[in-house]
Amino acid sequence: MASGKIGKDSSCYGYSKERIDEIHNTLPCRESQISTLLALFGKPSHAAYSSIFIYGHTASGKSAVITTILQTLQLPHAIVNCVECYTQRLLYEHILNQVGDVIPSPDNNYSCYARCDNMNDFVRLLKNLIEEKELGSRTLFIVLDKAERLRDMDANILPALLRLQELSNCNICVILISEIVLEKFRTGTGFHEPFVLHFPDYSKDEMLEIISHDCPSDYSPSFYISYVNLLMSIFYMVCRDLNELRHLAQLNFPKYIEPILKGEATVENAPKLWRNIQPHLQKALQTIYLREVSSAQWEKYQLENVEGAGSLPNLLSLRSSVELPYYSKYLLIAAYLASYNPTRTDKRFFSKHHGKINKHKLKKTEKISFQLLGPKPFPLERLMAIFYSIVEGKVAPTANIFSQISSLVSLHLVSHVSSDDQLDSAKYKCTVSLDFIRSIARTVNFDVVRYLYDFV
Amino acid sequence: MSRRKSTLKLTTGECIDEVQRLLREKLSHDSVTTQVFGLETQRRHLLDIIKRCVNMGESNSAIIIGPRGSGKSMILKSILEEVKLEDNVQDNLLEVHLNGLLQTDDKVALKEITRQLQLENTVGDKVFGSFAETLSFLLEALKSDKKTSRPVLFILDEFDLFAHHKNQTLLYNLFDISQSAQTPIAVFGLTCRLDVIELLEKRVKSRFSHRQIHIFSSLSFDEYIDAFLDILSLPKTFPDKNFTKEWNSHIQSLNDDNITIDVLRRIYQNNKSIGALKRLLLLPVCRLSEDHPFIRSTDLLESCQYLTMDSKAAMLHGVSVLELCLIIAMKHLTTLYDGDPVNFQMVYNEYQKFIQRRGHSVQCYEKAVVLKAFEHLLALEMIKPADGGQRSQKEYRPMMLLVDAMQIDDALQKYPNCPTEVKQWNMTEFHA
Repeated sequence: MASGKIGKDSSCYGYSKERIDEIHNTLPCRESQISTLLALFGKPSHAAYSSIFIYGHTASGKSAVITTILQTLQLPHAIVNCVECYTQRLLYEHILNQVGDVIPSPDNNYSCYARCDNMNDFVRLLKNLIEEKELGSRTLFIVLDKAERLRDMDANILPALLRLQELSNCNICVILISEIVLEKFRTGTGFHEPFVLHFPDYSKDEMLEIISHDCPSDYSPSFYISYVNLLMSIFYMVCRDLNELRHLAQLNFPKYIEPILKGEATVENAPKLWRNIQPHLQKALQTIYLREVSSAQWEKYQLENVEGAGSLPNLLSLRSSVELPYYSKYLLIAAYLASYNPTRTDKRFFSKHHGKINKHKLKKTEKISFQLLGPKPFPLERLMAIFYSIVEGKVAPTANIFSQISSLVSLHLVSHVSSDDQLDSAKYKCTVSLDFIRSIARTVNFDVVRYLYDFV
Repeated sequence: MSRRKSTLKLTTGECIDEVQRLLREKLSHDSVTTQVFGLETQRRHLLDIIKRCVNMGESNSAIIIGPRGSGKSMILKSILEEVKLEDNVQDNLLEVHLNGLLQTDDKVALKEITRQLQLENTVGDKVFGSFAETLSFLLEALKSDKKTSRPVLFILDEFDLFAHHKNQTLLYNLFDISQSAQTPIAVFGLTCRLDVIELLEKRVKSRFSHRQIHIFSSLSFDEYIDAFLDILSLPKTFPDKNFTKEWNSHIQSLNDDNITIDVLRRIYQNNKSIGALKRLLLLPVCRLSEDHPFIRSTDLLESCQYLTMDSKAAMLHGVSVLELCLIIAMKHLTTLYDGDPVNFQMVYNEYQKFIQRRGHSVQCYEKAVVLKAFEHLLALEMIKPADGGQRSQKEYRPMMLLVDAMQIDDALQKYPNCPTEVKQWNMTEFHA
């Protein structure tokens, strides 16, 4: 679609054709964005527009395009990441260091180009530096990656950076890169409008083209593409992140070619390979994609699995198992019941001689509202009352029992609601999921669902 | 001179290069003076104030108010250039430029004033009792070489930010000097806030001369087109005469083009400022090349599409189908609860209902996978938490949807390979 533009734009702006082609080759599927950016940058001596705002999804090549252009064409530039530079001083000194080619090292006693605390000094120092470096009229590019963090800094920083060219009277172009749209940056009395450029997401075909670049050398690209296509059929609905897909493709490839290595299938036998890989990929979605299993563990598992029996040891239940003492388990169950049951039903659930249950009355309009709305706070007395009614045998209310409650709080299984009074009328909330409490209840042979209002 | 001019003939490439150099300068540097459109009275008023300060030693103060990109700094700069042409002014007038974005407190501002008046050596290591003392010392020091003091022009850009300084000491002292002291100073504030006077403290307000100059872009559409033509036209000083003639006649012909007028009208109705016009012209000018030496109306149309693009819909285009389902579920829930915030558990419940009832091609995913998608939406700021604290669990945190129904419809139209059920689900009226 944009390929027609390459020939037209590639030889201009005073750069050699090879350089421009090099940029286009290293960054596939970004032709129109690159040519727009090259047009905006123009020749080094041209006056550049004061600020450019680039937005797009994760892994759509925003930083890669900018960095490659600036480095390949050897334009004077400074690239900073706003997550790293979380105070204004760090931000200014990083930029000044990069422009002034100062690298803090043992040789210069880790000193910066200059100490710079505020925007006023920054602009003054930057101006001096540009004169010192004899950049002349060449445009200086300042790239701020993850620019959404600038919003958390002082209110004057973002507007000042956007009009840095006017403030410093130098030929400076500030490039902001973010995943968040420009509308969310606006505050106060507004700022000098940057030129907004959108990096659209890659289409499925473009993704395949890019991923096919890291095909292992022993196999043909078309074989690899067909494998990635299978992978996409599982993951594409959930994940559009190119980096994530590439990572998954590389991680699961050994499993895919396993039948070929064993001699059970050939490269052409796609259906067989698909049958082999499909359940494996399904499992990957639940484990490796959620990072519940690390990549190293996954690779190990794949290797062991070649022999047969190796399985991911309880990895799926990993998130819902924790070892607790006996009474703590009951306390936690009691806390869960107190959080998810309305107070008025306590008598019906927990006292021995409750009256007749009117099932019709219980099954009212909003049946599972408590599971939806989340836990409600409860006082300590109610927790203890429920605890004593569900626990078997006699338990003395010793200091041990009460200290177990506070240890549950410190484990973040139960949380304090109002911290105004620690001893009297303390209120708690249970912060574990239903699956978790079920598995806890199973270990003590307690049927928790029978006591839950929502499921009666 | 004329002999040289007549022989000068550049190749097209050189001409384009020159055109780009000229026009880029005009479009990207805001304060480069261009013709002033429809602001003659304001300009005369300002010129008068400055001249009286410079020539007669009259102290004064004024605030210039106008929206962003309306040419406040540009007018002031062009006036200063004009005033400086008079020979007695050139070496007599002192300017101090301050900007609310740079001088964020009075200490920095005072240092900057000292620097701009080139008095660092005079001040040295002297210690002063108060702000006013320092400032009066500075102005006094300017007197030293002559017996009459030199006029000083203070230009405070982003004036409203100076009003947020502690006690407004700087403003108080500047206005106080302009009211009482002997040194002739003129204080100009530039701001885009209409209510800037209300920000001033009473004592500061009473010392201010209450001279407000409003710069509102009151261009009619015809004047707007004139401005458009003026920005693009090449000046008479352009080296290659033939090319200038060709270029200018081409620019004039754009005036008769329907597409161009249509694009300009759209931008005009959106934003009347010259700044917006310059942003429109930036890309077409940058795209000029040897194969494409003149601006065509299609270039303007393309640039207009760039400027008026709905960025949220563009971002929605790139989310996964699962995330799109969550947004639709959230939209339905928000209409059900009259705009009250909803939590993840409700959204997940709704999503499951959809899968069970209608989703044949859409797979049901595990809760943790859906939660990951939900958190991605949070990171993109398409949803935001409605509570301040971090106390509650992720699943039960109340959330607000920040995308409206129109944008969702729009995105679904353009979404590549969108499952039909999802589209239908979006269209259905929601019933609990």
